[in-house]
Amino acid sequence: MMNRLLFCLVLAVCCPLVSCSTSEPPAQQQLKREPGTPARGDAFILGSIGEPSNLIPLLSTDSASHDVSGYVFNGLVKYDRDLNLVGDLAESWVTSPDGLVITFSLRRGVKWHDGAEFTARDVLYTYRVTVDPATPTAYAEDFKQVKSVEAPDAYTVRVTYKQAFAPALASWGVAILPSHLLEGKDIMKSPLSRKPVGTGPYVLKEWVAGQKLVLEAFDDYFESAPFISRLIYRIIPDSSTMYMEMKAGGIDMMGLSPVQFARQTDTQRFKSRFNKFRYPAFSYTYLGYNLRNPLFADKRVRQALTSAISKDEIIQGVLLGMGQVAKGPYKPGTWAWNPTVKDYGYNPERAAQLLAEAGWTKKNSEGILVRDGRPFRFTILTNQGNEQRLKAAQIIQQRLKAVGIDVRIRVIEWASFITNFIDKRNFEAVLLGWTLGQDPDIFDVWHSSKTGAKELNFIGYRNKEVDRLIEEGRSTFDQEARKRCYWRIQEILAEDQPYTFLYVPDALPAVSARFRGIDPGPIGLMHNFIKWYVPKAEQVY
Amino acid sequence: MVTYLLRRILTLVPLLIGITLITFTVIHLAPGAPVEMQLDMNPKVSAESRERLRKFYGLDKPLHVQYVAWLGKLAKLDFGQSFAPDNRPVLDKIKERIPVTLRLNIIALILEFALAIPIGVYAATHRDTLADKGITIFVFIGFAVPTFWLALLLMYLFGVKLGWLPISGLQSLGYEKLSWWGQLWDQAKHLVMPIGVATFGSLAGLSRYMRSNMLEVIRQDYITTARAKGLSERVVIYRHALRNALLPVITLLGFSLPALIGGSVIFETIFAIPGMGQLFYQGVMARDYPLVMGILVIGAFLTLVGNLVADVCYALADPRIRHGQK
Repeated sequence: MMNRLLFCLVLAVCCPLVSCSTSEPPAQQQLKREPGTPARGDAFILGSIGEPSNLIPLLSTDSASHDVSGYVFNGLVKYDRDLNLVGDLAESWVTSPDGLVITFSLRRGVKWHDGAEFTARDVLYTYRVTVDPATPTAYAEDFKQVKSVEAPDAYTVRVTYKQAFAPALASWGVAILPSHLLEGKDIMKSPLSRKPVGTGPYVLKEWVAGQKLVLEAFDDYFESAPFISRLIYRIIPDSSTMYMEMKAGGIDMMGLSPVQFARQTDTQRFKSRFNKFRYPAFSYTYLGYNLRNPLFADKRVRQALTSAISKDEIIQGVLLGMGQVAKGPYKPGTWAWNPTVKDYGYNPERAAQLLAEAGWTKKNSEGILVRDGRPFRFTILTNQGNEQRLKAAQIIQQRLKAVGIDVRIRVIEWASFITNFIDKRNFEAVLLGWTLGQDPDIFDVWHSSKTGAKELNFIGYRNKEVDRLIEEGRSTFDQEARKRCYWRIQEILAEDQPYTFLYVPDALPAVSARFRGIDPGPIGLMHNFIKWYVPKAEQVY
Repeated sequence: MVTYLLRRILTLVPLLIGITLITFTVIHLAPGAPVEMQLDMNPKVSAESRERLRKFYGLDKPLHVQYVAWLGKLAKLDFGQSFAPDNRPVLDKIKERIPVTLRLNIIALILEFALAIPIGVYAATHRDTLADKGITIFVFIGFAVPTFWLALLLMYLFGVKLGWLPISGLQSLGYEKLSWWGQLWDQAKHLVMPIGVATFGSLAGLSRYMRSNMLEVIRQDYITTARAKGLSERVVIYRHALRNALLPVITLLGFSLPALIGGSVIFETIFAIPGMGQLFYQGVMARDYPLVMGILVIGAFLTLVGNLVADVCYALADPRIRHGQK
């Protein structure tokens, strides 16, 4: 389900629990206790900042809903530990040589939680209800390129596309809904939104409004029955409270902040009770320039700004070192990430020289650069409630002052930030972040056709070569060919510097030490949750 | 008295409509619409899906049409469907939260009155002594300390360090398996910190009010008379002075009526209590117009009724007002 929320902006406190990854083995994973023998039983208790809104994943956009329904439903495909697409409800699939037809062979003998059998009918229903104009869903776009979906028999689904579209395969990771319970009924009024029936490893048992959701292991789960008997989401809207709850043993896992990770949990007591993990998160933070503004039209100016900013200093100051320098819109270690991209690093002399080339030679009495009588001055906007971004902006302010650029910072409430500034293109520079999806397609953020109202290329970046490469990259299933496109795009972006890419933060989850079988991988921790267990002697619930 | 009551009740209707008109407009003026709050910055969402949702919620119609439609439903006591993806009736969402908030607020209110009145009386009768000053400092600390900060400190002390009290929520896991007494005890333990924090914060207002009322009454001639009759100080204070000093408190109780269902966002969030404050806050953040309007209408209604009830009770309790009316 995580692949759904591809790029959503990292909001105030991002909870980097699930979607995390790395190429190198995660740093801190020496587990302190003996593995013991796998045993069934016990409960895994999670805190959730928000309450799920609707457990039919098609109808909700909030992460709380998708987290929970991720354990209840399956898609046809999913990403495995190492970020490869593998079959989930589909056993295998074949793509036609021209990339236009995908034929899925479905797994046989899969049971819905109510005992009914899963067949191709469910897949057809899911497709139809998603594209039905009467369904108020945010995800109809996933299937926009689909020409037709047919089921030659109960265990085969054939999808025909209008044109070859690489992200298409991953889009079949959407939750497949039970047609025998929904077909012919109004999905908006379905009781399944609060009492879902899926094919997944857990069944929703109880939902106490505003307090908790209790899920129980589904013994007939097609992979294997999970060891952990119950999965409990406690709704705790405040992250400080959640942290206290974890310390007191009230929840078993949460994503820590850098300060909590480095200082507040660095005690013997904590370390004996929890395992801490650390690996790069699927997101990056950037400083984006409004390219319609003449101030930033010259790429030498943007290069100068990047050179004048010390990314390492920001990572130290904001993340206490728990992150790495970002050079482009991909996560280090993934196949689309280009490790050879040129980065000039922190170099104020180069910045001054580039600025001089762009005509910024004189300084006024306050030490601010002046060209044609106008001082070099701009405002960085960022959203309220994100301490890390504000601190990063302040560090940037100091560094740019040193080269003679006067930066102001303005913090704005989220809704107003989007409607009054981003949507109206009424900004000079913004400090924001993107969450990354597993598929490297970046059409929506970087293609020049996406600069319209409400679209996400709001900085107005236009580069013909990048446009062509993005189109090429999404129209082939050949990973090597795609890789060439994305690597080249990163070189161009490094030259153009439409954003100053700042950092990729680390995800810092802590998990109660009684849980064994955790296998951190590029995708994060939760991918093999059904294999986690607590030895009999240590079970608490 | 009856005509007075009728007149007051009739004026409630236009007042309520006025209130809804203003709040409806103001809410819609705030930047960000429900659809945008759900979908902004999500590249998977096309302009069509956005339009589809806008239509579904009826947001494509002009504001006055939306208002009239909403008011028409309200007249039938239908608060509409929430704009959140669960699309549930607003009334259901409110009903589910009210008992929690109500229970918490009633206990806190009783505690507040039970503590603040004696404190105020004591401070008034021991005016300017060390005890009076100590009390003043104590209640003002409660007033001035930020709730969330105090709550976190207490959580750390009683929850993490000492392990005496649960940190958040209303029930422990495994609550279902407890005996009836066990359940009651479990609930009580969960309420200690939230109610303690809420009460501590609200002592200052009422106790200072009580103190100044009392001081004023003590200066009255009839108190001097009572003392001159040779009544004991106890009788003077508790029978003659206190009764009169308590009269204005009735008004305060009337004002407390809407506060009973209006939870505090801050401490409900900190203690993870699923009450009205949280619901309202989430509604505002998601621009869930029907939900926000529903809660505001109920709040406005209770405020108006509270004022009315306070006035009536005041008249009933104080013969001077009752008779002066003729």
